[in-house]
Amino acid sequence: MKPWAEFNRLAAPVLEYAGIRKGFGAGRPVLDGFTLTVSGGETVALVGPSGCGKTTALKLANRLLDADAGGVRIFGLPAAEHDAIALRRRVGYVIQEGGLFPHWTVRENVEAVPRLLGWPEDRRRARAGELLAMMGLAPETFAGRRPAALSGGQRQRVGVARALAAGPPLVLMDEPFGALDPIARRAMQKEFVVWRARFEAAVLIVTHDLREAFLLADRVAVLEGGRVRQVGTREELTRAPADAFVREFVSEFGA
Amino acid sequence: MRELAAFLWQRRGEILALTGEHVLLVAAAAAIAVAAGVPLGVALARRPGLARPVLGFANAVQAIPSLALFGFLIPVPFIGGIGARTAIVALVVYSLLPILRNTHAGILGVDPAVVEAADGIGMTRGERLRLVELPLAFPVVLAGIRVAVVVGVGLATIAAAIGAGGLGVLIYRGVATVDHRLILAGALPAAALALAFDFGLGAIERRLGPQR
Repeated sequence: MKPWAEFNRLAAPVLEYAGIRKGFGAGRPVLDGFTLTVSGGETVALVGPSGCGKTTALKLANRLLDADAGGVRIFGLPAAEHDAIALRRRVGYVIQEGGLFPHWTVRENVEAVPRLLGWPEDRRRARAGELLAMMGLAPETFAGRRPAALSGGQRQRVGVARALAAGPPLVLMDEPFGALDPIARRAMQKEFVVWRARFEAAVLIVTHDLREAFLLADRVAVLEGGRVRQVGTREELTRAPADAFVREFVSEFGA
Repeated sequence: MRELAAFLWQRRGEILALTGEHVLLVAAAAAIAVAAGVPLGVALARRPGLARPVLGFANAVQAIPSLALFGFLIPVPFIGGIGARTAIVALVVYSLLPILRNTHAGILGVDPAVVEAADGIGMTRGERLRLVELPLAFPVVLAGIRVAVVVGVGLATIAAAIGAGGLGVLIYRGVATVDHRLILAGALPAAALALAFDFGLGAIERRLGPQR
């Protein structure tokens, strides 16, 4: 864990879920008793089988969804007290395949949130150039291209740059590398660790791939049956799994 | 053939004036149909429950024979009567469906991941519509406008029956006097007009295509 993460952990958490219940229509709720805390600057991965509610949990953090019961606190404030639009502009959001705007250039995509926030053009440009360079996409070459002219990995990098553009203290990533082929995926995972060290935002990353979770995150939360079974480092999860599900999950997917 | 060309040349002043009237009828109807159909299509895309009955109704209206519709409108107060106004109302009725249907389909056809990204980065509903959904739906909407305009050029010839002017005047006169040259003097420019609109709007559509 990075030193500032250790420091920030003593300060207010960035994101806290407490006893969340959330369902869609009749039947068993997707999340039931979901509790998790993400501290400033740390990377937490939420893993679990498909349909376990990972994405639902993520969307509660930028009010794309609201909980039925229980409390979500974001930046120390209950979710309901945040204006949803203002909150989403302060929380980076990366989805599978990037979800880039196909009619905008790479630069326009990266500048999207600063533009919504009304930053002056020179500041937006400078920021976009800086982020593209950090993502290994030379602005002279890539800034004017449209997403259709990029590879899957490049699109994903632009998606990350867009999420980071306004310097959010919290970034949410939903299967960010899920649409990539295994080779591109490995490369992106290695790069993630490098860029991760350059921004101080807390990151909550959803993945179904435990190996990826261990590689990218400081702590991994195993989600099953609508709640977190265990949160811990790779070592904690493999040495002392909290229950039979975690033991099996870790032994099946972990190296 | 040569005789026909000479006939058309001799009548060029009248043909040109009627072509102008014709374009005006179609353009006015298209403008009104776009102004009404696009917002309505967006509204229907937001309310799936409403889309089916409204599109069904618009479909049914489309099935009314055009000459009958022109006739029905004549006694209606304010929008009816003899002349261009009534014709424009009828043309709007026919133009509305393709524009409405394509706007509805175009908005719903935007990739859900892109819509989710727009919401996720904090666009308001208005920003999402203006910056993302409408630009991405635009080629589909334009295809609907193209259909409406091309159909409108043909339908507007019938408008002469209720005294709205346009190229139909020549066709009706030709039919009444059994003069093929006169019929062609109305029909040929109308066909050329339809092809020109189709080509022009098609070119715009193609230019906007590849960026998606």
